[in-house]
Amino acid sequence: MGLGFSLVAVLTLVLIALGGVGGANLQYLFGVIIPYAAIATFIVGFTLKVLGWAKVPVPFRIPTTSGQMKSFPWINHDKFDNPDTTGQVVGRMLLEVLLFRSLFRNTKTELRDGPRLAYGSDKWLWLAGLAFHWSFLVIVLRHLRFFFADVPVLVQAIEGLDGFLQVGAPLLYITDVVIISAVTYLFIRRVIIPQVRYISLPADYFPLFLILGIAITGVLMRYFIRIHVVGIKELAMGLVTLKPVVPEGIGVLFYIHMFIVSTLRMYFPFSKLMHMGGVFLSPTRNLANNNRRQRHENPWNYDVKVHTYEAYEDEFREKMKESGLPVEKE
Amino acid sequence: MGTPKPEELIQKIDLTPQWPGWMDTPTEIKPGNFCWGAKAKDLDGIGFPNPREWNPGEEDWKLPENWKEIVIEGLRERLEKYRTLKVFMDICVRCGACADKCHFFLGSGDPKNMPVLRAELLRSIYRREFTTAGKILGKFAGARELTMDVFKEMWYYFFQCTECRRCSVFCPFGIDTAEITIIGRELLNLLGCNIAWITGPVNNCYHKGNHLGLEPHAIMSSLEYMIDDIEEYTGVKVEPTFNRKGAEILFITPSGDLFADPGTFTCMGYLLMFHELGLDYTWSTYASEGGNFGFFTTNEMAKRLNYKMYAEAKRLGVKWIIGGECGHMWRVLNQYMDTWNGPADFLEVPVSPITGTRFDNAKQLKMIHAVEFTADLIKNNKLKLDPSRNDHLTVTYHDSCNTARGMGFMDEPRYVINSVCNNFFDMPENTIREQTFCCGSGSGLNASENMDLRMKGGLPRANAVKYVNEKHGVNLLANICAIDRAALTSSMDYWVPGVAVAGVHELVANAMVFKGQGKRTVDLRGEDIPGMEEEEEAEEAAESIAVQEPQEEAAGAAGEEGSE
Ligand code: SF4
Ligand code: SF4
Repeated sequence: MGLGFSLVAVLTLVLIALGGVGGANLQYLFGVIIPYAAIATFIVGFTLKVLGWAKVPVPFRIPTTSGQMKSFPWINHDKFDNPDTTGQVVGRMLLEVLLFRSLFRNTKTELRDGPRLAYGSDKWLWLAGLAFHWSFLVIVLRHLRFFFADVPVLVQAIEGLDGFLQVGAPLLYITDVVIISAVTYLFIRRVIIPQVRYISLPADYFPLFLILGIAITGVLMRYFIRIHVVGIKELAMGLVTLKPVVPEGIGVLFYIHMFIVSTLRMYFPFSKLMHMGGVFLSPTRNLANNNRRQRHENPWNYDVKVHTYEAYEDEFREKMKESGLPVEKE
Repeated sequence: MGTPKPEELIQKIDLTPQWPGWMDTPTEIKPGNFCWGAKAKDLDGIGFPNPREWNPGEEDWKLPENWKEIVIEGLRERLEKYRTLKVFMDICVRCGACADKCHFFLGSGDPKNMPVLRAELLRSIYRREFTTAGKILGKFAGARELTMDVFKEMWYYFFQCTECRRCSVFCPFGIDTAEITIIGRELLNLLGCNIAWITGPVNNCYHKGNHLGLEPHAIMSSLEYMIDDIEEYTGVKVEPTFNRKGAEILFITPSGDLFADPGTFTCMGYLLMFHELGLDYTWSTYASEGGNFGFFTTNEMAKRLNYKMYAEAKRLGVKWIIGGECGHMWRVLNQYMDTWNGPADFLEVPVSPITGTRFDNAKQLKMIHAVEFTADLIKNNKLKLDPSRNDHLTVTYHDSCNTARGMGFMDEPRYVINSVCNNFFDMPENTIREQTFCCGSGSGLNASENMDLRMKGGLPRANAVKYVNEKHGVNLLANICAIDRAALTSSMDYWVPGVAVAGVHELVANAMVFKGQGKRTVDLRGEDIPGMEEEEEAEEAAESIAVQEPQEEAAGAAGEEGSE
C-alpha cells in the first residue's frame, strides 16, 4: 500500500512538471515561483520545527550510556560512549552525526535450532546510510557552482575529488553512482527485510522515491541528455540575486528535476526527514552522564505530596518502641 | 493455566511478522502475558485517579466517560514538558535498527514488541491529534484514531516493555523506547490503568517505607534471622543498628534483599563486610527501600517515594549514603534523584573512612554504590580475601540494564568479582555491557501471572548464559540487582537448570577471611564449600596461592582417576 501510493505520488509529480512546462509553458511558475516558495517553506518550516523542540524543556539528564562511566582513575573511562564533560559530549555527537556511531553497532539476530540466538554483525545499513548521506552532502555542495559567478575554490576542489576516477566525458562523479546505489539498497532492504517492511509507512517510501527521482533526473541531465547549462546557471544566478530571469531553451527535464527538489524541500519540515535537525537535540545523546557530580535543574520541578518521617512515626511509634527503635516523640 | 515447557515456548517463536499490517491486526489480551490490574485500595492509598476493582481480561475497564479527552490532554501536557517525547515522536525514520534488539520481540516474535512499533502505537495517536498531515491523510500518514481497543493495546504493550533501553543504544538518534513507555504508562495511570504488581508495592513503600510493606519490627526481625545465620555459618556476630542518629553513613538497599533468597545472601554479605570493617553506619526503617516502583507509574510518584532518602539522611544527621545492589534504583539515583529532591547540601562529599578515597564523581549526589565502595577497598588492599574459597564456582556476570545503560557501571563489578573468584567468564559481547539483555522481568513486571511473558523475555539472557555454561561450565550468574536475583533464578530454572544466581556481595563475603576466624567450611547459604572440608591447615593454606597449586594438581589427578 505505502509503496504503491508513494511511487504513484512521485510519478504524478513528474507528470505535473512535464505537463506544466512542456504543455502549458509555465516556465516562470516552475522555474521561479515554486522554487522560491519551496525554499521559503523549507527555511521557515525547519526553523520553526527546531525552535519548537528547543522550547520544550529537558527536565532530566538521561543520556543512554553506552560504555564505562567515569569512575576511579584506575578504571578506563569510555569517553565518547559515556561522556562526562561537554567536550566529550561534542565528541560523541560528532561521531554520531558524521560517522553514525550507533548504527555501526548494528547486529542481526537469528533464532537457530538449539535454540540458539545468534548475533551477526550487520554493517550494511550503516554503510548504505553513511554512503547516502555523505554523497548527498557532496552533491549539494557541488551544486553551489550554479550560484556563484566565479566557482569557489572549495567547490572546485570537491568536484575534483568527486571526479578523481577520470573516466567518461563529462567526467563521472563517484557520488552520483554512490547515491543511486545507496538509495536503491535502502529501498530494497525496506521491501525485503520482513520486519522493516512491516513497520514501513508511505512516509518512508515517499522520500526515497523523491530522492531517487532527483538523482535520476540529475544523472540524465549530466551524462545523457543535452541541456542548456549556461541557461540554467543564468536562472540560478537570477534566483539568488533576487532578479529572476527565465532563459529560453533550458529543457523540460531540468524543470522536472527542479520540481522534485522543490517538493522535497517543502515536504522536509513536516516529515521524518527532520531527523537531520532532531539528531542534535536528542537528550539521550547530547548530555553528559555526570549527574552525580553536577546538578541538573528541572525548570518545572514542583513540590509533591510526601509521607514524612513524622507521619510514619505516628503510625508505628508503639511498634518501634517495642522493638527498641529510637523515636523522636515519646 | 501453567507456563508452557521451554520447547513449546521456543517453537512458537517466529521473528517474521505476518500480514495484514499492524494497524489492521487487533490485539488480543492473552493470559500469561499480562498482569492483574491495579487494585482500588492501592490507587486510593497513593491518591491516583480512578480507583476501582477491574480486570484487564474483561471487556469493561470501568473508565470515566471522558477517558479519551484525558489521554489526549495528558499527551499534550507531556509534549510540552519532555523534549525527549516531542523529538522522539517526530524523528523516527523506521530504519528498523532497533527492531530485533528487544528481548521481548526475540522471545515472542510478536511484531508489536519491536521497539519501533511499540513507539508507533503512541506515535500514531500523536500524528492524528497533533500533526496536520495526520489529521488530513489519516492512515496514509501513519495516523489512527484513539479508540478503546487502541488504548487497551497501548496498555498491553507498555506493560511488555521493561524499560531496559537496549533499543536506544542502537538507534541512530538515540530514540529511547523506554522513555516512551515511561510516559505512555503515565498516560495509562491517568485512568488508573496500572498493574497490581506495581501499585501494591508503591502504596506499601509510600506508607511503610518499603515495597514489601515490612513494618519496623518486621524489618528488624528479618535482619535478626540473617544475623543468626551469619553467626552459625561464620562464627561472626554482626550488630547492625537502626535509625541511629549521628552515624557517619546511611545504608539503603532494595527491600527484596531482606526477604527472599538469594537476595538475603547478598544482604548477609553487606552485613558481614560492614561489620568486619567496623563501619559507622545505620539502617533506616523509614527509608527502607532502595528501589523505586514509583518510577514505573509516574515521574511524580517516583519523586514522592525517593524523597525519603535525603529526608532520612538529614534527620539522622549522617554524612553521606551508600546504596545497595539494585538496577532501576541506580538509574533513578544517577539520573533523577538530585534533580527531584536535591541539592542535599546538608551532606558531605563521600569519603571512604577505610581508604580515604574521596568520591568526587558523586560530590553532588552524596551517594555511592556499594560495589563502588567495595572495589575501592579491594584496590587499596583493605579486605582480606581468599578467592579460592569460591573455586567451586565458575562465574559469569549479568549487567543490569539500568546500571549499564543508565549509568555505565560495568567495570567496577567485574573488578570486584575477579578479585573474589578465580573462575570468571564473560558472556558473548553482544549480550553484555551496554548491549546487555534484560532479565525479562524488569520495570515491575516480575509478577507470577505473566510468567509466559517473563520467560519469553528472559530467553536472550538465558541463552547467553547457556552458551558459557556449555563452553566454560559456568554455574553461577552474578549480578547487582534485586529484581535480577529473583527473576534470573526463575529464568535459569526454566532455561538453564543448574545455574545459580547470586549478588556480588555474597561472593565477596564468601571470599573474605575474618579477623581471628576459625575454620569456615560452609558458605553464606549454609552449604559446604567443596574442597574446604578436606583442608588440613585451613587458615595458612587459604592465604597462600603457592599452597593452592599442589591441591589443584591433586584435584586434577583425582579427576583423571575418576575417568579411568
Ligand atoms: S532505530 Fe531509531 S530511527 Fe530506527 S526504527 Fe528504531 S527508533 Fe526509529
Ligand atoms: S526499552 Fe527494552 S523492553 Fe522496551 S522496547 Fe526497548 S528493548 Fe524492548
